[in-house]
Amino acid sequence: MSLLGRLTEKSWQTPGAGTDIDPAEYRPPAAQVMLYVYCAVAVMIFALMTMAYLMRMELHAGMGHAGDWKSLPEPMLLWINTGLLALGSVAWEAARRTASGANGGYDRDGMRRGALIGGLLGLAFLGGQSLLWRQLHAAGYYLSANPANAFFYLLTATHGLHLVGGIIGWLRVLSHPTPLGVRLCAIYWHFLLFVWVLLAGLLLST
Amino acid sequence: MATTIADDLRPMHHPRSWIGKYVWSQDHKVIAIQYGLTAISIGLVALVLSVLMRLQLGFPGAVPAIQPDNYLQFVSMHGMIMVVYLLTALLLGGFGNYLIPLMIGARDMVFPFVNMLSYWFYLLSVLILVTGFFVPGGPTGAGWTLYPPQAISEGTPGHQWGIVTMLVSLAVFVVAFTMGGLNYVTTVLQARTKGMTLMRMPLSVWGIFIASIMGLLAFPALFVAAIMMLLDHLAGTSFFMPAMQSMGQTTATVGGSPILFQHLFWFFGHPEVYIVALPAFGIVSDLISVHARRNIFGYRMMVWAIIIIGGLSFVVWAHHMYVSGMNPYFGFFFAVSTLVIAIPTAIKVYNWLLTLWRGDIHLRVPMLFAIGFIFTFIHGGLTGLFLGNVSVDVPLSDTFFVVAHFHMVMGVSPILVIFGAIYHWYPKITGRMWNDMLGKMHFWITFLGVYAIFLPMHYLGILGVPRRYFALGETAFIPPSVHLANQAITVAALVVFTAQSLFFINMIWSLFRGAKADPNPWGAASLEWQTPDTPPHHGNWGPHLPTVYRWAYDYNVPGAPRDFIPQDEPPS
Repeated sequence: MSLLGRLTEKSWQTPGAGTDIDPAEYRPPAAQVMLYVYCAVAVMIFALMTMAYLMRMELHAGMGHAGDWKSLPEPMLLWINTGLLALGSVAWEAARRTASGANGGYDRDGMRRGALIGGLLGLAFLGGQSLLWRQLHAAGYYLSANPANAFFYLLTATHGLHLVGGIIGWLRVLSHPTPLGVRLCAIYWHFLLFVWVLLAGLLLST
Repeated sequence: MATTIADDLRPMHHPRSWIGKYVWSQDHKVIAIQYGLTAISIGLVALVLSVLMRLQLGFPGAVPAIQPDNYLQFVSMHGMIMVVYLLTALLLGGFGNYLIPLMIGARDMVFPFVNMLSYWFYLLSVLILVTGFFVPGGPTGAGWTLYPPQAISEGTPGHQWGIVTMLVSLAVFVVAFTMGGLNYVTTVLQARTKGMTLMRMPLSVWGIFIASIMGLLAFPALFVAAIMMLLDHLAGTSFFMPAMQSMGQTTATVGGSPILFQHLFWFFGHPEVYIVALPAFGIVSDLISVHARRNIFGYRMMVWAIIIIGGLSFVVWAHHMYVSGMNPYFGFFFAVSTLVIAIPTAIKVYNWLLTLWRGDIHLRVPMLFAIGFIFTFIHGGLTGLFLGNVSVDVPLSDTFFVVAHFHMVMGVSPILVIFGAIYHWYPKITGRMWNDMLGKMHFWITFLGVYAIFLPMHYLGILGVPRRYFALGETAFIPPSVHLANQAITVAALVVFTAQSLFFINMIWSLFRGAKADPNPWGAASLEWQTPDTPPHHGNWGPHLPTVYRWAYDYNVPGAPRDFIPQDEPPS
């Protein structure tokens, strides 16, 4: 039944447990629903930070604080890290596809391989990001030196912490590989890649 | 894919020891009580703070220990504790946890372990908050809105450490709430029993469900704001900190935007009002329907109104910022969206009144509190119309009129519902009955008392008496009647404060000496009253989950043998 249909049900007219029962099979697994709801929460966090970023930038222009906002350089490492995260997402997608074979007849080894590579690429991304931090710090782009730096560290740290959460999920999947666990990890990795592409676009374009 | 009707959930986690049952419990009912008791305990601290403020305002200098710095700290801590740590935690963590699984026919929340973590993170946030009283300089005195730059600048009480404990505590609270909120939303979506369609859920569940979604989407703003202000304070960034002269010195910060913080804060802060109000709306609908022995009037409209209010409340935040120097067109937009919210809200009020109309009203204590809520809520809602309009709001900004308005609408009103709800569900939670006489005394003193406290404040506000002032001093526009009114308000506040002991005596005494309660003393139709045991055991239902055949409001159905038909009674 459509959402509109559900919300317009005249529940006072329909005593009985006949046609209006929610078929249990229609309900996705609870963990998947929770993951989707959490992704909405994370979207809010990143969207609000982005709004703050843009407002802080615009404000400096409007109020004439010349030289307040100094954009960061665009090191090669940023692109390499983005590539690592994207490859991780591809590996997870491969694992997810092998895991969704019909009636449990899936390729368990293929699934594990994909999950292992996907998670390791996630770790590599985190390593690359911390290297990026160290490079920028060594070049004098300190957190408090400029709002552009502060936003860069804030956004990358928040994104990185979300990926750390993903790594914890990955470790659980490695110890108990299930098709559902792999699917949830894949969804989460795709989500974090999507967020990262938007964040990187924001950082590069401003 | 896998079925997740609650019967098929993984085997129940069965606690083996006393500690597993009552301390590290994963049972939603125990977690609800833990949440409730913690919230009420910290709420009592905030109540004492309000009495100290009233003593200073009514009888300046009578308590020499209250200095201007202390007064500001009391204001700030009172506000933040009441809004976040008492109301939000009690309505969602307390009632949400207790009612959702029982009302939708589930054995527990879908993620009991995450639910337990949610409580322990909440307790941690409360403990961090309390440490603010003991750090050097005391808790923050920046007002509950914590506006920078003053919150972290020299001269504000607690600008060194108090603000840090406050911000860290808020961040931890948001994490705790997110874990709880994910659970509430997923449980409502996933664990409804057979036959429990969305439109058969009691309005209490609807209110808590929509408020949880709102909390999940609004609390990130507070989280982001808290982290950014912490960085400004501890790491020297300037997200919010502009170039300033402080104590004759130019600060190192430059270019930050205090308005940015206000936007973030109120993007959380306004939905927060409805995060508190919607569960109260839902619960009061159920109390009125049960004790008036009538189905709730316009059930579908009530559900839609909850959803519409939830949506609209995300586009009104800047009505808290009319005096921040915003573009007038901006103010016009927010005034319109604010006034539009009055429509679904008025629908709810009319429907409560129409439910009472020709009802078989039983003036039991929960019903008294529910009707009291209608009074205070209409009252607070009407003064909201004044403040929602830019041109009226500007002269009333930061006066006692604002204090009176928000205390009526989101202080007193939800508290009355919380009292009503505790009286209503106490027999189910404890299996005992409370003392009726004490309950009625508690209601009448509280209800009349809050009017004695907050009604005169409107008058003070129209005179222009500013809020958050330690002392008024000699000012031309403040006549002597203001001082008289302040004394009367303080006396009333002391009476109401003392009368709350009636509630605590009643609850604690009844826990041990109260008469054994009937499993369904009010003759209510919703599922939580149909449990095989009172109080419900671990797992809530016997070997089989109930099947639901009807909505939750079948009262006085013509031809039925009793004046109510439980939701799990098959059609004859």
